[in-house]
Amino acid sequence: MLASAVAGPGFVPPSTNDFNLPPVFGNSAYSTKPILLVFLSIIVISIFFVAASRKAAIVPGKLQFAGESIYAFVRKDLAEEIIGSGFLQFVPFLFTLFTFVLVNNVFGIIPFLQFPSMSHVAFPYVLAGFSYFIFHAIGIKKQGLGKYLKGIAFLPGVPKFAYILLTPIEIATYFFIRPVTLSLRLFANMFAGHLLLLVFIGGGNYMLHDSHLLMKILSPFSFGFGIAMTFFEFMVQCLQAYIITLLSALFIAGALADEH
Amino acid sequence: MHSRFVAEAAQSPLLPKPAELVVGVIAFALLFFVLRKFVTPMFEKAFAARTEAIQGGIEKAERAQLEAAKALESYTAQLADARGEAAKIREEARAQGAAIIEDLRAQAQEESARITAAAHSSIEAEREKAISSLRAEVGTLAVDLASKIVGEALEDQVRQSRIVDRFLEDLEKSK
Repeated sequence: MLASAVAGPGFVPPSTNDFNLPPVFGNSAYSTKPILLVFLSIIVISIFFVAASRKAAIVPGKLQFAGESIYAFVRKDLAEEIIGSGFLQFVPFLFTLFTFVLVNNVFGIIPFLQFPSMSHVAFPYVLAGFSYFIFHAIGIKKQGLGKYLKGIAFLPGVPKFAYILLTPIEIATYFFIRPVTLSLRLFANMFAGHLLLLVFIGGGNYMLHDSHLLMKILSPFSFGFGIAMTFFEFMVQCLQAYIITLLSALFIAGALADEH
Repeated sequence: MHSRFVAEAAQSPLLPKPAELVVGVIAFALLFFVLRKFVTPMFEKAFAARTEAIQGGIEKAERAQLEAAKALESYTAQLADARGEAAKIREEARAQGAAIIEDLRAQAQEESARITAAAHSSIEAEREKAISSLRAEVGTLAVDLASKIVGEALEDQVRQSRIVDRFLEDLEKSK
């Protein structure tokens, strides 16, 4: 960070400013790259899955098999395993969440798009907000408002004096920490990952154009590392899509269970 | 660091842009609607159809197997029945045959006994008759013979034998 303070032709490391992209066209706040990417993502996801599921054949073709595999992963490994009985009604939400996050994350390494929409914190906030709203709504619907709140504030089966410590922690967990960690984990991973790629690709670029021959020779290492980090990023992007879905399923399961 | 990008950038990366919040909500809701309405029901339909197809196949196979087992069982039972029936019939036939033979033998024995008895009684009657007639005849003959012998003074041998011969002839004639 100190290097950026140095004026002149020196290397300018990527900063948070690199995430504030100007509008792609016009001068509207709605025509920025991340917003267009989010719209692109829902179009891509919709077209792919509608095409894949249209036939609903018993013996699936390649396209249906691909779509089904993703759906079955969310349905079985996330929803059914974690929520258990009555999981089916939450599958559409979890499926939407997973595919939406996955595609927007992977945009970060797709050539020409190369920007993870989730590195703009508003989107993770929205997703965490939906998750937050749903699991509280389920808990209140299932147990009633009073019983649900009581269950959160006063964990059953705990000695009374422990409530001094536990009650504030539990309340903070359910109403504040959960949505924040849910959104910030996704945001921070995408933000940091993109920054990392910018460092190595930008650094390689800078080295390549440096007057020093040694710098030019060493620049491929930076590019190489950038490429390696791209693969690593792909893993992180998939993992983060999985994690936010997993945690949402866990919260739903917790709200459904009478005792947590 | 925080103060740095507050100074340089328009806002902290942790502060959401209102436009993006709006777009996020709309995009997510739209996607949810599309997937909920067009995609997940179709996948569920395919899964259900597949489960049903597999389960139906298994059930059908099980049913066929059960039917085959039942058919085999009924055939075996029928075969055993038929065998039993045949054995019974054979046994009955044998018994009947034996009874018939026994019957016939008894009948024959009875008949033979009857015939024998009849023969015996007829012979006896004949004998009785012969004896009685013989008795009478012998008497007369003896008297005849005696009178003849006595009446014709039997002087010589030739005469004597003639008389006997005549007597015998008469005897033969009278017969």
